Amino acid sequence: MQKTVSLTVNGRPVSATVEGRTLLVQLLREQLGLTGTHVGCDTSQCGACVVHVDGEAVKSCTLLALQAEGRSVLTIEGVATGDTLHPMQEAFRNNHALQCGFCTPGMVMSALDLVKNNPNPTEREVREYLEGNLCRCTGYHTIVLAILEGAAVMRGEAPPANVHGAAAE
Amino acid sequence: MTTVGAPVRRREDYRFLTGQGTYTDDINRPNQLYAYILRSPHAHARIDGIDSAAAAKAPGVVAVFTGKDMAADGVGGLPCGWLVHSKDGSPMKEPPHPPLAIDRVRHVGDPVAVVIGETLAQAREAADLVEIDYGEEPAVVDPAEALKPTAPLVFSDVPGNLCYDWSLGDLAAVDAAFARAARIVKLDLVNNRLVPNAMEPRAAIGEFYRATGEYTLFTTSQNPHVIRLLMGAFVLHIPEAKLRVVAPDVGGGFGSKIYHYAEEAIVTWAAGKLRRPVKWTAERSESFMSDAHGRDHVTHVELALDADAKFLALKVSTIANMGAYLSTFAPCIPTYLYGTLLAGTYPTPAIYVETKAVFTHTVPVDAYRGAGRPEATFLLERIVDLAADELGIDPAELRRRNFIPADAFPYQTPVALQYDSGDYQTTLEMATSAADYAGCEERRRAAMARGKLRGIGIATYIEACGIAPSAVVGSLGARAGLYESAAIRVHPTGSVTVMTGSHSHGQGHETTFSQLVADRLGIPIENVEIVHGDTAKIPYGMGTNGSRSLAVGGTAIVKAMDKVIAKGKKIAAHLLEAAEADIEFADGKFTVAGTDRSKTLGEVALTAYVPHNYPEDLEPGLDETAFYDPKNFTFPSGAYVAEVEIDPETGRLEIVNFTAADDFGNIINPMIVAGQVHGGLAQGIGQAVLEGCVYDKATGQLLTGSYNDYAMPRADDLPSFRLSTHATPCTHNPLGVKGCGEAGAIGAPAALTNAIVDALRPLGVRHVDMPATPEKLWRVIQQHRSPLAAE
Amino acid sequence: MYEFNYHKPASLDEIANLLAANDEAKLLAGGMTLLPTLKQRLARPSDLIDLAAITSLRGITDAGDAIVIGAMTRHAEVNRSPVVKQGLPALAAMAGMIGDPAVRNRGTIGGSISNNDPAADYPSALVALNATVHTTKREIAADNFFTGMFETALEPAEIVTAVRFPKLQIANYQKFRNPASRYAIVGVFVARFPNAVRVAVTGAGPVVFRVPEMEAALTQNFSPDAIKDITIKEDGLNSDIHASAEYRAHLVGVMARRAVAACG
Repeated sequence: MQKTVSLTVNGRPVSATVEGRTLLVQLLREQLGLTGTHVGCDTSQCGACVVHVDGEAVKSCTLLALQAEGRSVLTIEGVATGDTLHPMQEAFRNNHALQCGFCTPGMVMSALDLVKNNPNPTEREVREYLEGNLCRCTGYHTIVLAILEGAAVMRGEAPPANVHGAAAE
Repeated sequence: MTTVGAPVRRREDYRFLTGQGTYTDDINRPNQLYAYILRSPHAHARIDGIDSAAAAKAPGVVAVFTGKDMAADGVGGLPCGWLVHSKDGSPMKEPPHPPLAIDRVRHVGDPVAVVIGETLAQAREAADLVEIDYGEEPAVVDPAEALKPTAPLVFSDVPGNLCYDWSLGDLAAVDAAFARAARIVKLDLVNNRLVPNAMEPRAAIGEFYRATGEYTLFTTSQNPHVIRLLMGAFVLHIPEAKLRVVAPDVGGGFGSKIYHYAEEAIVTWAAGKLRRPVKWTAERSESFMSDAHGRDHVTHVELALDADAKFLALKVSTIANMGAYLSTFAPCIPTYLYGTLLAGTYPTPAIYVETKAVFTHTVPVDAYRGAGRPEATFLLERIVDLAADELGIDPAELRRRNFIPADAFPYQTPVALQYDSGDYQTTLEMATSAADYAGCEERRRAAMARGKLRGIGIATYIEACGIAPSAVVGSLGARAGLYESAAIRVHPTGSVTVMTGSHSHGQGHETTFSQLVADRLGIPIENVEIVHGDTAKIPYGMGTNGSRSLAVGGTAIVKAMDKVIAKGKKIAAHLLEAAEADIEFADGKFTVAGTDRSKTLGEVALTAYVPHNYPEDLEPGLDETAFYDPKNFTFPSGAYVAEVEIDPETGRLEIVNFTAADDFGNIINPMIVAGQVHGGLAQGIGQAVLEGCVYDKATGQLLTGSYNDYAMPRADDLPSFRLSTHATPCTHNPLGVKGCGEAGAIGAPAALTNAIVDALRPLGVRHVDMPATPEKLWRVIQQHRSPLAAE
Repeated sequence: MYEFNYHKPASLDEIANLLAANDEAKLLAGGMTLLPTLKQRLARPSDLIDLAAITSLRGITDAGDAIVIGAMTRHAEVNRSPVVKQGLPALAAMAGMIGDPAVRNRGTIGGSISNNDPAADYPSALVALNATVHTTKREIAADNFFTGMFETALEPAEIVTAVRFPKLQIANYQKFRNPASRYAIVGVFVARFPNAVRVAVTGAGPVVFRVPEMEAALTQNFSPDAIKDITIKEDGLNSDIHASAEYRAHLVGVMARRAVAACG
């Protein structure tokens, strides 16, 4: 059953023809070419596919494209402003919070969702909020630091002292 | 403007943080088809027939292929890259491994047929119509069970399922030492089977260009040239010149993406047959049953000590699970990457190890982060802790008493390796001091007052990295060399492209290698570009595994730069009208010694490409390639301290502290090194307390086939880590580097298990197998009298 | 996933018509269980009827001595609702323990209880809190709603519209998570009413169950000590690679005591 779905993706209105079973992540990756959103599992656990729908983090592998009709979807491709990284993306970079990069888009989208709901999280709260995002590279250590830094910058505060003293290239 | 040693932010991060990485599944080729692979639902069965007629006629289906179709077309089996000999001199049993099973399936997930359709959904749906007539047979999944005479055979011509029975060391010397020992400590342990679980599932796209007869394979590989060689030469018989293998951005590997997998051959072959690109991407559930697993040892170990608690001899007997087929490097893992590490950080004079490798009806087992070295470290550091317990000596003190002293290097072990450098005492002191090891007793009492059992555990480790001297590994059965390559192309205006045989799938080579090159050539880091992962672009290289990229691949880059500088000196000498011997190169300039007359690298490069005023006997161009074959392994080492609290009511464990002190030799980018340690620790901790691959013993079904059942470490399972480093530079590579990728996974399981056993020691517990899950700990506590209940 | 027809009706009447016309239709609420099930091809509905457009199924209402939560209210909304936090803090806290944040942004109370996964959290809350399930046809006491593993008292074409909870300050939910899935290996919800205590257990058995012996003891003396000698029989409890029935039985006691202790 082919249907047309219309939604906003990263601020742009888009329409596509999908099947009933087409998942939002398939629409994004395969039809809209937005391959920044990843699929790392088939049981809705890894969180590599997290996007925002109407401002809330959801797993795009567990949402039908048709369920997003009329909604506003934000993917990792829409987070930076032009060439300028969002403070959360910048914090991930400063803290070496990514290695292979595969879980990173979902991590950033979850981090933004966390800060929206809890602008000043503790380390424990960050760790618990990441329950639905798996990373196999970092041991989460630097992801937690990055989210704390990103949250601080988003609050308008000076970032906490960077543990690595990371240097720009 | 030196950047070496600085925590330079990664150059690859921008693309990953903005969703612009290009992983294999992100690639789509024009007119592409989709492959769905049918896999065995049985652990062991005959294939009595396959009827694909209905599937072939289903909507959108282009072809259905079976193992017989591939065999009829001359497709070979997946080769094994390492030949191990048994102690009686006979070669290991090396049964065939067809990409699609032909008359028998040998593990759940064994590929049986491929359906290729216009869409993945069509291929998937048609797969339901393929009728496979299976004749189920009994299966064996446990490696110790597989050796029993009554066990079902995985291959009818491999008696006892025994692949090889290997040994290393001087048994007579060991027996003599045991005969005069003051004390012998014994332990039986299991090294639990793990699923690597790189977050990017494997994927492959095969493509055939009719006009040129060339094939391209895009694949999630850690070593594209190895895949090109194995698949081209042994499986599909495609000349290298007609086969290009591209491993683009790869989302983690941890060993599991070293090997040549069936799906790579299937899509490449099918693309040739169908003259259209064919794409396959694993679902995670497929990854669980088709990516090579890790570990899976059953071991008995005995340590002999003299009256001063000095180690006299070590005797180890291991049964190692190979799974149903030999994966690419499987045979060397429980032998040359395991037995050779059993000296650890100690000068134990006599060591003997024997390993029986067995076939079972399970997914093949191969190298997974650490690969043999975590298994060696675990048994060694467990038996040392047990000895400390039995002798009533503090575990740190027993280790101090037995370390190879810092002035004893180079140190020849009795198990073949020669350590070039190390300082085990210092890293132990750093770790124990940072972890306040001395204050643990007080914290233990405080925890007890809160009803918790607290324990602290130490592990030291040694690993053999920088893999590997080709002549050495060749003599041990490797069917490949393990050098690395690099090509440096200095462009006419002085920017530089580096083609490296190493492959980055998270390690940050684009940054570390750029730092190295920018520093050495004295140019801005922005002027350096690192190219990797494409056999059409890079020289023949062995890729990334065994913590080798900087020690071997980085050294190849240094050697190539040496050639660039040497040639540049000739050009500069000509331009400056000076003798070549008087030209010095520093800070990006060729200078006549003792003068201020100089030419920049850019000026020299421009002259090399626009050679109007040029030495007569010199080729134009500034483009050099080097291969580097290491003289020895490198030997990173270190000490880890874990501290845990266990809730005796539930068995739930909390890791309250984890402290690491590592010796990686010199460090180029400390931020990246720390990240490597963090990730390794997380995987080691995962092995110790969360992860374990479970097969049903009766049916051979994989019970941990998804993240619902296989416990991956999450952020709230792990502590923040405290790291430090101490450098004893490697003495045989010019960078003095050792490698850092596997350390955490090697040292963490023993440290954490030692902490758990320490917490339970008041109850009389002497060992707990991994993973120490809540129920396992609760049961152990139940089985021993609880001192808490007695209060 | 098998293909299906997707519908997003605007009214309950329309849903009734769709269900009447399609035997193999399934209702889609948050989809946090249904979609993974479909992805694994473990179900093959002909039609999927999305409840998202039925606005009457949404929202949290303060009904004086009770809180009424619409079936399509998501876990995150319950977790953050000032009404729930104030009137039934234990329920707000429990909703924050379901799944992960992204799941809580989609999963609904109606979907969760209609599915009745043996390891789901909500069933224990409904039973312990003596909630009432409102459906398109009737009201069902929570005690009678959860009938078996993945089974409820719902009839074909009967849809949960809301759940009514009495307000209660003294209640607590303790969850022992499966380290892999993070579902409850054992979850115990304890609720202290003026004249009675209710203890409901999820995760341990095929379906949520109460522990009358604990309830009686706690009614007499609401303290962890009152139930320390009460053991749960392992017969009939779930047993899998993560937790044996014996361990689950033990954990019921531990979690119940901790829930009581946490009630203060």
